[in-house]
Amino acid sequence: MLEIKCPYCGKRSQNEFSYGGDATIKRPQLGEEISTEDWDNFVYYRDNPRGKHSELWHHVSGCRQWFKVSRDTATHEIFDTCKMNEDFNV
Amino acid sequence: MSNNFRTTNSNGLINKDKKINFTFNGTIYHGYEGDTLASALIANGVHLVGRSFKYHRPRGFLGVGVEEPNAMVQLHDGNKSEPNIIATEVELVEGLKAKSQNCWPSVQFDIGEINNVLNRFFPAGFYYKTFMWPKSFWMKIYEPFIRKAAGMGKAPLLPDPDRYEHNYEHCDVLVVGSGPSGLASALAAAKNGARVILAEDKPNFGGSLLTDEVTIGNMSGKEWASDTISQLKSMPNVILKKRSQVFGYYDHNMTVMIERVRDHIENPSKYTPRQRLHYIRAGEVIVSTGSIERPISFGNNDRPGIVLASAAKEYMKVYETLVGKKPIIFTNNDTAYSTALEFIKNDIEPIIVDTRDSSNGELVKEVQQKGISIKFNSGIADTKGHLKINSAIIGKLDSSKESFISEETVECDCICMSGGWTPTVHLSSQAGNKLKFNDDIDAFVPDKKRQKETAIGAANGSFTLNQSLAEGFQVGFDLSNKFTDQNNPTNSPNSNEPSYEKHEKLWCMPLPSGKKPKRFIDFQNDVAVSDVELAIREGFRSIEHVKRYTTLGMAGDQGKTSNLNGLQYVSKIEKKIVPEVGHTTFRPPYTPVTIGAIVGREVGNHYLPTRKSPIHTWHEENNAVFVAAGLWQRPRYYPRGSEDMNSAVNREAANVRKNVGICDVTTLGKIDIKGPDAPEFLNRVYTNAWLKLPVGKARYGVMLREDGMVFDDGTTSRLSENHFHMTTTTAQAANVLSHLEYYLQVVWPDLDVNVLSTTEQWSGIAVAGPKSRDLLSKLFPDVDMSNEGLPFMGLVDSSIDGIKARIYRISFSGELAYEVNVESNYGLYMWKKIMEVGQSFDIQPYGTEALSTLRIEMGHVAGAELDGRTIPFDVGLNSMVSQKKDFIGKRSLSKDAFTESDRQTIVGLVPLDKKTKIPEGSHIIEDNSAVAPIPKLGHVSSSCWSVEYNNPFSIAIIKDGKNKIGKNLYAVSPLKDISIPVEVVSSHYVDPEGSRVRS
Ligand SMILES: [Zn+2]
Repeated sequence: MLEIKCPYCGKRSQNEFSYGGDATIKRPQLGEEISTEDWDNFVYYRDNPRGKHSELWHHVSGCRQWFKVSRDTATHEIFDTCKMNEDFNV
Repeated sequence: MSNNFRTTNSNGLINKDKKINFTFNGTIYHGYEGDTLASALIANGVHLVGRSFKYHRPRGFLGVGVEEPNAMVQLHDGNKSEPNIIATEVELVEGLKAKSQNCWPSVQFDIGEINNVLNRFFPAGFYYKTFMWPKSFWMKIYEPFIRKAAGMGKAPLLPDPDRYEHNYEHCDVLVVGSGPSGLASALAAAKNGARVILAEDKPNFGGSLLTDEVTIGNMSGKEWASDTISQLKSMPNVILKKRSQVFGYYDHNMTVMIERVRDHIENPSKYTPRQRLHYIRAGEVIVSTGSIERPISFGNNDRPGIVLASAAKEYMKVYETLVGKKPIIFTNNDTAYSTALEFIKNDIEPIIVDTRDSSNGELVKEVQQKGISIKFNSGIADTKGHLKINSAIIGKLDSSKESFISEETVECDCICMSGGWTPTVHLSSQAGNKLKFNDDIDAFVPDKKRQKETAIGAANGSFTLNQSLAEGFQVGFDLSNKFTDQNNPTNSPNSNEPSYEKHEKLWCMPLPSGKKPKRFIDFQNDVAVSDVELAIREGFRSIEHVKRYTTLGMAGDQGKTSNLNGLQYVSKIEKKIVPEVGHTTFRPPYTPVTIGAIVGREVGNHYLPTRKSPIHTWHEENNAVFVAAGLWQRPRYYPRGSEDMNSAVNREAANVRKNVGICDVTTLGKIDIKGPDAPEFLNRVYTNAWLKLPVGKARYGVMLREDGMVFDDGTTSRLSENHFHMTTTTAQAANVLSHLEYYLQVVWPDLDVNVLSTTEQWSGIAVAGPKSRDLLSKLFPDVDMSNEGLPFMGLVDSSIDGIKARIYRISFSGELAYEVNVESNYGLYMWKKIMEVGQSFDIQPYGTEALSTLRIEMGHVAGAELDGRTIPFDVGLNSMVSQKKDFIGKRSLSKDAFTESDRQTIVGLVPLDKKTKIPEGSHIIEDNSAVAPIPKLGHVSSSCWSVEYNNPFSIAIIKDGKNKIGKNLYAVSPLKDISIPVEVVSSHYVDPEGSRVRS
């Protein structure tokens, strides 16, 4: 079980959180003209890297904040976590 | 005969003043306080404890602790019955009942032993080769046969009556194992101020110090251990846990430990849990798990009476028990000589067989000084004795040590063997440590760590006491210094132990001349040297494949005594060095763990939390039959007298259509939405328009996922300019809240909106039916309930008896209906009030079944239709989709597949006979007589008995549905082997104009 540092609450066990996928995905602007290919890339296509990955987690059984986690998908090492409006330090 | 095999000394850890009676295979024996089941049986001369897995060979004890592969027994009877328990790990307690496994009719005479005679038909990979074909034989013939033949113990069929607990712990330093290095590191870390947990599997702390003749400072090893434990006990920052096995090392330094709390206590309190599972998140983990002695492979090396030399020593020193009185010590190293010396102390002269040419080790010399001659350059070729060893064939090895020059038969009643030592690296490896092979000790040791784990002492390949203590004190201090600012190191005391000469790299004896006895490597899985040879001959190269083909190291003991000998043998045949062969992966659990302990208190009603509405007690008192809706318990129907479900549901639903019904809808998700951008936010979340919803009005809304699929629906109302009250389905309440939070926090943080779950704050009561207006007018005389005063989709605040109520005019049943919301605490009061006033209007409560009937008849969609595979068009919600604005998921709706002209749509189905109910999940096909595979048009999502028309009615989602209305199709359920001719009708079966809700 991972130990994740919520930027608002501190370190908590993984079972308080839910995973929210790739943090680098940007939703297209509302009303924006967008090709089917670009839209499909946004909706369906995700990289599946082995190694460092920026991802979203949601502190569902805690402060209910979404935040960012930089994690190694192979070793589960967590390099850093930060609020949505912040950048990772490492 | 009784306890004939006790030593005369009393330096061990058993209490001969306290007799303990126990039963093994129906015979009553006694042992003493401090015994294990294993030591007590051996003391009574019982070595035959079970039959082996594959060949049903007689087996006895090999070890003295967790490494034991053979001595598995079934404990207790009835609901406390427990299979596959290692007898070496069972502490003796008055009245203990144990029996042998894997044998019939008895352990002495076992039918399955025929497998041993037929063993040439059961080589490695036998199951794979023999039972592959034909496929149809597998389930009916092969598998039952294998199960019967290969059964270990029997799992109890009754629920476990015992109580298990879970506990969460945090510490700076967790020390696993209380041998010299573990004690040293715990002491150093604790003295430096760190929070320390010390875990020991056995009932006594001390590890090898309990059996080794050493001195530390001016104390014996045993005294030093007990002195160190007293020091640790007195420190508030230390938790000492014995009978506690750390069996798993998971991510981020999470370890899991099982503590045996109760089974060793004679009269435990009923509140004492049987076992406790500890989740320990440690800052640093010190792995001081010691090492396990390796057996040697030789002919018939599995007979009862053949034990590890260290086990024999521990039985003597800790349990005051002799494994035999005519021992042979067989070794490739010096450590087994300490076992020889222990026998000599008990006035027993062992025969010593050493594969090496010579040794000048201190213990060897000491044995020689006692006048014992040692057979160097020799090995055991074979053994005899059916249910217990009675003699050994000792051979003189030739110079290559590949064959015997001469052989002699020697009587004996036990063989104590030692193939050297394997560091217990399981936890380090589980933690992700990349092991390296240490050629000096011929074993893998931890090397590159991935987590905060440090192996010390024998677990790290440091086999001398001096090294172990030095590592312990150093590492304990270094690691604790990360957590404290005391900088207070503890020095390692001087220690004294005998010096040892090197072992010989020889773990498998040649075969005796003219014979091919089995030479076992893995006792628990009955894997012999010949099986490994066969696997390699058949082309298995990767050690992981050899393992799976032969099942070497795969059983409950996880190859604790067999893995390295197997590797060693593979490397010998392959002519590769061991690190090239590599090792198999170590996985948790290190020792078997009771399922009860893993489950803990989460059994029965505690399996999941139960959510109850504030009106729950009324439902109970009024004969409700409940159904689980997620975690909620909801009334399904309220049977009267001898009514069955169908008649109760039909009565309840018909009463709503005719008079008025009341339904507890507290479980609906409710979300409070506030902020200046709330209307804009809802406009993006829902498919329809929200900006112009007037204050005091409700609106039905549909929300999509980005992929265009309907996510949820519900009614949301505007309470004031910037304040909305959203309702969601019961099932999706939590997901919708997370969804809204995601868009507000991640996608559109610029929107000034706050969302908060208020599901628990409101109790909701639906009042539905043509008489609902009259009822509520009577209950709330101050409110104008007329169509003008409170129109459809309107809402009004009122109160009775000082209780505030919000009345929505919304309908799920399709009838004129209202929903009264009050603060949760007043839910029951309001419900009773409505029931009271409703009596004169023939009110009846209705449950979720009638609720479904009412909405299905009306063609209102619910979870069965909104199943994550339907877009608004499919479920008749296209009119809800705004063409003017963008919203979540809109772009997906214009994708090709979603705009095809014959796309699936929602329809109604009525069976042509007007009688046969159509099972939900049935497939819709056009031609009943077509040859399979028949194209499927769609499926039945919801079915009910229409109380309006008194015949079955179903909702289905079928291809090109809107052009199929009026046609006859078939609903088929292959599962139930039925095919029902149906007519396709509109999904709006009752009141398609929707006039009733507006009446
Ligand atoms: Zn938090």
